[in-house]
Amino acid sequence: MGLSVKDKEIVVPGEELAQGMDYLPSYGTFRDGETIVAGRLGMVSAESRIIKLIPLAGKYLPKTNDTIIGRVFDVTMSGWMIDINSAYSAMLGVKDAVPEFVARGTDLTKYFSFGDYLVTRIINVTSKNFVDLTLKGPGLKKLGEGRIIHVSPHKVPRIIGKQGSMISMIKDSTNCRIVIGQNGIGWVQGEPEDELVAIQAIRKVEDESHTSGLTERIKEFLDRNKRQ
Amino acid sequence: MRNEKRAHVLRFLEKGLRFDGRKLHELREIKVDYGISKNAEGSVRVCFGNTEILAGVKMSVEKPYPDTPDDGNLIVGAELSPLSSPEFESGPPKSEAIELARVVDRGIRETKAIDTKKLCIDKGEKVWTSTIDLVTINADGNLIDSGALAAIAALRNTTLPHYDGQKVDYKKRTDTPLPIKKIPIAVTIYKIGPYFLVDPTNEEEDLVDARLTVTSSSGRISALQKGGDHPLTIEDVDRMVSLALEKAEELIKYL
Repeated sequence: MGLSVKDKEIVVPGEELAQGMDYLPSYGTFRDGETIVAGRLGMVSAESRIIKLIPLAGKYLPKTNDTIIGRVFDVTMSGWMIDINSAYSAMLGVKDAVPEFVARGTDLTKYFSFGDYLVTRIINVTSKNFVDLTLKGPGLKKLGEGRIIHVSPHKVPRIIGKQGSMISMIKDSTNCRIVIGQNGIGWVQGEPEDELVAIQAIRKVEDESHTSGLTERIKEFLDRNKRQ
Repeated sequence: MRNEKRAHVLRFLEKGLRFDGRKLHELREIKVDYGISKNAEGSVRVCFGNTEILAGVKMSVEKPYPDTPDDGNLIVGAELSPLSSPEFESGPPKSEAIELARVVDRGIRETKAIDTKKLCIDKGEKVWTSTIDLVTINADGNLIDSGALAAIAALRNTTLPHYDGQKVDYKKRTDTPLPIKKIPIAVTIYKIGPYFLVDPTNEEEDLVDARLTVTSSSGRISALQKGGDHPLTIEDVDRMVSLALEKAEELIKYL
């Protein structure tokens, strides 16, 4: 009965995590009779009765309602195919992207063309892993001048922080505009010097995401590199 | 999108900065490891930041070309492995791979880096042939400079195998190195808008207007190669050449 492993322990697929019905399996785990078993490599998180695994690495898995950044890699008759840094590609339909009426046969590249980056939200992931996107919602748009950065999708929650505390600290300190998608693609725009500091700060969070007291260290880092 | 990215890069270059925080004329961290392959007579791994390229030298005894009966042969080949970049695909070599091999070959040949007369075994019948193969492991820009550095480093690392007059015994290695007279160093200067830069990453290489590869040996220019769609003025070439010679002195220290 109870937990078979410690909190924050790293487990491999097949390892027993808990016995009995006191715990509930969540992401990366499953129930096999009386036991909860790890389904992937990751770190155990068992803060409440819910046991989940935090993946250490890996590609992004699309999830409904995630806000992500994607790149247009194909323009079809009815919309755009978006590369979302995942094993699956996504589809953005004309209806979900453009407010006005678009006649059939219109050249869709006049809205978004190859290589454009868009902030979108996932509205649906089907059982076959087809991903549908929308551009309707606050903050969803085509990204303009700026640079694209790639981070590990599993470190994104740490980079954003609780209620966006980490990212807004970086934004305020560097006067940069930053968007980080749940899929690990980010966009940064600001004055060149500030932008470099912002990106260094994001990389630092990514590298040290597992350590405690990170917020203080990032704050100190930002203060040290702040331009007068 | 390309134009927006270009505008953003230009704003950086205006301040004398690059996307990775380097200055315009600053090289990435360079690493050179010798003797990484036991089957090659000479081998080396060269890293320029995230760019990683291998060079191997195989020696064989062949008939010389009729116009150079007492000169050793030189063959350079380059493979842009599909594993090293999403841009590269398998199949016969494309123009980029051919250009890389030719620029490296020309650099070594025109500098007269190898004393080819000393590689003659039997005039008109048998000479040593040095085959250099370049393979990209990770392509993050500046393949020409890293490839050329790898090629000359691998040649310097080469020792001849044992040859008894009939056939080459690759298992027995002699201590005889290749007769290297000069060291060609290739430096490519890239031009984006009005700015000149060295050692670009893949991201920057996509936005380049023109480039000029200057191969030199102790300050003497032996080969040039111009690339990119934009023309260069005489003043541009002057600046690029002097910058390339300056950077060559820095690069040769890594050998």
